[in-house]
Amino acid sequence: MMFVPGNNPGMMQDAFIYGPDSIMLDLEDSVKMSEKDAARLLVYNALKSIDYGDTEMVVRINPLSSPYGKKDVEAVVKAGVDVIRMPKTETADEVRELEAEIEKVETRLGCLGRTQIMAAIESAEGICNAFEIAKASKRMMGIALGAEDYTANLKTQRTPEGTELLFARQTIIVAARAAGIDAFDTVYSNLDDMDTFRKEVELIHTLGFDGKSIINPRQIQIVNEVFAPTAKAIEKARKIIAGIKEAEAKGSGVISVNGKMVDRPVVLRAQRVMELAIASGILTKEEAYE
Amino acid sequence: MEVKNAVAGTLESGDIMIQIAPAETKGLHIDLESSVAAQFGRQIREVITETLTGLGVEDASVKAVDKGARDCTIRARVTAAAVRATGVDVWA
Amino acid sequence: MSSIKEREAQVRAAAAKMGKGTYVEGEPKNGTFRKDLQKESSKIVTLEEAIRRSGLKDGMTISFHHHFRGGDKVVNMVVAKLAEMGFRNLTVAASSLSDVHAPLIEHIKNGVVTKLITSGLRGELANEISHGLMEEPVVFRSHGGRGSAIANGDLHIDVAFLGASSCDPAGNACGYSRSENAKSICGSLGYALPDAQYADKVVILTDDLVDYPNTPNSISERNVDYVVVVDSVGDSSKISSGAIRDTKNPRDILLAQTAAKVIINSGYFKEGFSIQTGSGGASLAAVKYIRESMIEKGIHASYALGGITAHMVKMHEEGLIERLIDVQSFDKVAAESLRKNPFHKEVSANEYASADEPGSAVHYLDMVILSALEVDVNFNVNVLVGSDGIIRGAIGGHPDTAADSALSIIVCPLLRGRIPCVVDEVTTLITPGSTVDVVVTEYGIAVNPRRPEIAERLKAAGLKVVDIHCLKDMALKAIGNPDPLPFGDKVVGVVMNRDGSVQDVIMNIVD
Repeated sequence: MMFVPGNNPGMMQDAFIYGPDSIMLDLEDSVKMSEKDAARLLVYNALKSIDYGDTEMVVRINPLSSPYGKKDVEAVVKAGVDVIRMPKTETADEVRELEAEIEKVETRLGCLGRTQIMAAIESAEGICNAFEIAKASKRMMGIALGAEDYTANLKTQRTPEGTELLFARQTIIVAARAAGIDAFDTVYSNLDDMDTFRKEVELIHTLGFDGKSIINPRQIQIVNEVFAPTAKAIEKARKIIAGIKEAEAKGSGVISVNGKMVDRPVVLRAQRVMELAIASGILTKEEAYE
Repeated sequence: MEVKNAVAGTLESGDIMIQIAPAETKGLHIDLESSVAAQFGRQIREVITETLTGLGVEDASVKAVDKGARDCTIRARVTAAAVRATGVDVWA
Repeated sequence: MSSIKEREAQVRAAAAKMGKGTYVEGEPKNGTFRKDLQKESSKIVTLEEAIRRSGLKDGMTISFHHHFRGGDKVVNMVVAKLAEMGFRNLTVAASSLSDVHAPLIEHIKNGVVTKLITSGLRGELANEISHGLMEEPVVFRSHGGRGSAIANGDLHIDVAFLGASSCDPAGNACGYSRSENAKSICGSLGYALPDAQYADKVVILTDDLVDYPNTPNSISERNVDYVVVVDSVGDSSKISSGAIRDTKNPRDILLAQTAAKVIINSGYFKEGFSIQTGSGGASLAAVKYIRESMIEKGIHASYALGGITAHMVKMHEEGLIERLIDVQSFDKVAAESLRKNPFHKEVSANEYASADEPGSAVHYLDMVILSALEVDVNFNVNVLVGSDGIIRGAIGGHPDTAADSALSIIVCPLLRGRIPCVVDEVTTLITPGSTVDVVVTEYGIAVNPRRPEIAERLKAAGLKVVDIHCLKDMALKAIGNPDPLPFGDKVVGVVMNRDGSVQDVIMNIVD
């Protein structure tokens, strides 16, 4: 997920050429108060006009408690955004409040249920409520860690090893998995230190995150490399998926590969491997499911 | 609709800066500065006029300094300038 | 008959039979210490004297090289002197002209210069010419085409004025200096070599007169008539310093990575391949990725050609590239390397890129990465005239390398701001589509349908190969349809093909 400032048309219009899985246009921290109205209009018009292809489009809105939040919701829902990212989420009620706002606009437009929600958790209270937040709405597609505010709130700062974030990261992963949604890790801002960035991506991949937030296209390749499944894993996944097809064709509920029965988690993991192979650019969609 | 002085947009590449001021005579008076004026000047003026007319701004003097903005950006910047100039927002 | 005196009659008879005179003893020997004597060389004269003695007349053709690029001082200095001396109707045939040559505008208006022949034009001079400054259209040739035209007489040069960073009193000249007084450096003098060889008279201007012999030399004394010492022939700082800076522009990095992948998977990336790249951000960055892959796969290049850059020098020094063939040094690191390293070879424009020179280096070139202002759906390329109809570039070796290499790769962004780079038809035809194989943009790669095997190889490697019409459509969808340019009906430029035929004309632009 690539962050792009919402008041910069030059960056917004071709962010997708770098091949991120999703783009997050930001109306919050990267836009100063006096430009909130202009950025909102820019994001609205960009979403309506620019062909972003398969890229999932996310907009980070301002908090609903601010003077901008509700107008942000109206604008981006009207523009047909895929996901609204709510910043600084602390309680499940806040998610439900956002859901109600979205529904108001969607009802008016006649497209009820179109917009999904991602909640960014950026405080100790939010971490404590992570699971409640994760299952607060059927629109929830994921939760994300916002580490800058979180570490400030903990009265510490970020380190290359990320020890200070370990609890928050694991809490978010567990909450997301328990709620059946995705987990996204925070950004890493030092573009001159690609080695530490790679270590961080390796860590969060091991922890089980589904994706990493990035601030520059130069970071994409490293994320793809770390998340890319091995050729062996892809081959295994391919066989399992072939097994599923075979079972479907036979009308059989039991999936077997090489004569062995395959459990549901194995099937899910195989599908995940194929999705990652596509996301990392190792396979095209056609190749993965031929 | 009455307008007062307002500006929106930047001079960064891919953006356009729109300055709106009260018109001395009736109608929209657009002063465009653009490195792509030969090929896109007509379209840029059209987008500015359509956007302002759509917002009910009939009389205004507009100075546009274009840095290769696309139509969607021009529309966004003109709308932002018009909202600031009229004090009437486009959102409910 | 044993003494010469006794044979005198026979000597006279033999001389008469051969139509020759008989030997008469000449002046007494000069015993001056030779370091002092060479300072009195008859070739060393002032610029004015050199011009006078060269026999230059109104209406003649003078030539220059552009190895100092934006730092060149020779063109302006010489033409100002010619104007002062009252010359008229001159043709200036430079290997290229740039922003720094804006003073030519006045000389054109005053009738001192009435015709230009060049590879490119930039800045205010280009702008004025595009608007119809000159009566005679400017003639544009590629570097290889210029070499051919000079050699076969299509372009006859009466007097060449060639700047050199060192020269001895006999006229042995180089684009660098080995003396302590070196004032400038430009490296290769490749584009000046045809002029030195074929011009009727050759004047070397130098800012470092060194002792004879200035060897190894680039231009030989045999081709030099006069040597003029001046304060400065060029500002070397206007040639890139050569510090290897990786571009941080993400679009350039994306283009570079894609271009490198095209090269690596093209089928030509194997032991002993040869390559030429440009000096643009994406092209330089591509070299970085190619280098990584060469190390990883243990592949070596036989030579790198063209504008040589610090990157190429580094790879040569690492043993990844065996030889460097240098017609123009793109930065100071390359220029220094040319001075120091015998495997870094200087070549003339003809040996570099002429179509009619069977041994020219481009004939043995596997791959070339080139840039473009515009590419059209027929793979034609324009590198000379901007999308606003104003001349803003140079042909360079573009058509030469595209035509003769095994694989030509054009790298350009699909959009520059609101300007599309993939279009229906190029504003001016510089490199014919029949010689262009692959176009790399940030939105996808297009392969010329003439090269289906290349498309197959790239697809097999997982690269995004698309129809070039799709790229054009994507561009138009993003920016809308541009209005036609306001061209007038006056021809301001003629583009020559490298074979000497007329390929296209440039019309004046009307504001």
